[in-house]
Amino acid sequence: MTPPPIAVRTATEWLSARARWHPLEIVFWFAAFAAIYLFPARHLILTEIAWLGLFALSLDLILGYAGIISLGHAAFFGFGAYTAALLAKHEIIEEPVLALLISGCAAMALGFVTSFLVLRGSDLTRLMVTLGVALVLRELANRYGWLTGGADGLQGVSIKPVLGVFRFDMFGHTGYTYSLTVLFILFLVARRLVNSPFGLSLLSVKSNPLRSSAIGISVDARLVAIYTVAAGYAGIAGALLAQTTAFASLEVFSFDRSADLLLVLIIGGAGYLYGGLIGAIIFKFMQDYLSALTPQYWPFWIGLALVVIVLVGRDRITSWTTPIRLMAARLNWRALARRSAERL
Amino acid sequence: MLTILFDGIAYGMLLFVLACGLAVTLGLMNFINLAHGSFAMAGGYVTVVLVNRLGVPFLLSLPIAFLASAGIGFIFERTLYVHVYRKSHLDQVLFTIGLVFMSVAAVDYVMGSGQVFVQVPSAWQGKFDAFGVGIGRYRLLIIVICGLLTVALQFILAYTRFGSRLRAAVDDGRVARGLGINVNWIFALTFAFGSGLAGLGGALGAEILGLDPSFPLKFMIYFLIVVTVGGTSSITGPFLASLLLGIGDVAGKYYVPTLGSFVIYTIMIVVLVWRPQGLFSRATSR
Repeated sequence: MTPPPIAVRTATEWLSARARWHPLEIVFWFAAFAAIYLFPARHLILTEIAWLGLFALSLDLILGYAGIISLGHAAFFGFGAYTAALLAKHEIIEEPVLALLISGCAAMALGFVTSFLVLRGSDLTRLMVTLGVALVLRELANRYGWLTGGADGLQGVSIKPVLGVFRFDMFGHTGYTYSLTVLFILFLVARRLVNSPFGLSLLSVKSNPLRSSAIGISVDARLVAIYTVAAGYAGIAGALLAQTTAFASLEVFSFDRSADLLLVLIIGGAGYLYGGLIGAIIFKFMQDYLSALTPQYWPFWIGLALVVIVLVGRDRITSWTTPIRLMAARLNWRALARRSAERL
Repeated sequence: MLTILFDGIAYGMLLFVLACGLAVTLGLMNFINLAHGSFAMAGGYVTVVLVNRLGVPFLLSLPIAFLASAGIGFIFERTLYVHVYRKSHLDQVLFTIGLVFMSVAAVDYVMGSGQVFVQVPSAWQGKFDAFGVGIGRYRLLIIVICGLLTVALQFILAYTRFGSRLRAAVDDGRVARGLGINVNWIFALTFAFGSGLAGLGGALGAEILGLDPSFPLKFMIYFLIVVTVGGTSSITGPFLASLLLGIGDVAGKYYVPTLGSFVIYTIMIVVLVWRPQGLFSRATSR
């Protein structure tokens, strides 16, 4: 067998260097899992952080990696939430993990169908279309009250134990462990995805669609694929919300939710997978603190945060992560250079 | 039937006055301003305070609402918006959503969260019959005012020096700058004027649309529909689009109330996918 040409080998090495685990990442996940034992009293808010982080991760896939601005990402979130809640309520599929997968697939199907709508047009058109899809779903959920419970929300949902063993409790202990595990697994998948040649091609599409298509990347197919995957992620995040709270209401489709999500992602920084997770942690604790002070006027502080972030500049806001990223990159490059040198 | 048409036209005219400022901002500066509704809300609340608390005559309060919103728009444009023009669309979206949230919470704090109504003088209330068509007096007033405004706007854009400078800036900002046109100043004036029109629309529409702190969020999508469906390259596009939207919405709510706004949103998505540049725009527009 002939060895692969040098160009292929360098590219493969570069990709695998890019995908290497950094010590800080291991610390991050270790801390997340340690929280199961360390902060049992905070499990409710930690659960919220877990599904919000997953939701933000899903937006990061399309915004940070493919450059699609979406104001209606809550559409998939809500779709997943209602699917999971309905499956549990009507006892169609009682086992939460299986129901979670099915909700994710349902949201993916919806994402696949609507992805063709965002292919054309400018940022503004995409914005309007994504927003429109979320509004249409909200209207539908409101109209078909016999199925969704309408404005009162879907009540009387009882979630069976996870895998038939772990029962959901009111303190969120099971909820957090369950959500965190799901988040971790999906994070691994996303990490694999964005570090693959496919992920690289997405970045190229984001920076210049025309040139990407000139070097043989089928732009539309890539966008459809990532939009579908992201929709599935959002659907699973919604399903996690529905399962851990045993409730789904029209609020899951609301515009505020999509807008909050943008803020979450922007705080953490878009375009690297941890942005959404870090943003979710900061956002939830901020919300917890501020809404305890002024529950009704909490949107004001969200708005202020958004305005300030834009005026100061997003790059500068998220620059606190740059030293870490630079360090990570340098370590990786050094290892790569060393190994290339050995080979030569 | 004709009454629905009439109400629809009144509603559409109102939407046009509310949204045409946004059409100019979007078309002129390629700036996504989701906070347009906040200026309309400002005009509405100014009128409410003037008429209900201070007893200013309704018709006099309208120009004051216009000036107040225009003033707020001008200040915001010079202090805040001017820094965001050159940023990416994502930044513009984030920034203006932030403004919307802030305005919603601030108005909630100052004026309370309930819905408020303007006390329209009794002379303008009620209906009369003309050739068997029930015509609301207030809606007739809206049509007259908005119609006059539309004509005036078209006149300013087409025949005045300011209008030609504005159109020059729309078509090619760099060349316009090179010809010695102060594009920044024109942007500021136009932005203020658009905000003022929104404020006037908010004042007129407080009676029909209802006014509460969530106004900018509720009508944001309508303004955006008018602008994106109508196209941003002319004033007639948004005008036709708002008439269509007004008539469609009123008729839809009358004939198929169970569907609600579903029809409007679906039509919007279809139109945008079919013609991303808008129904009535020139092929060459951005």
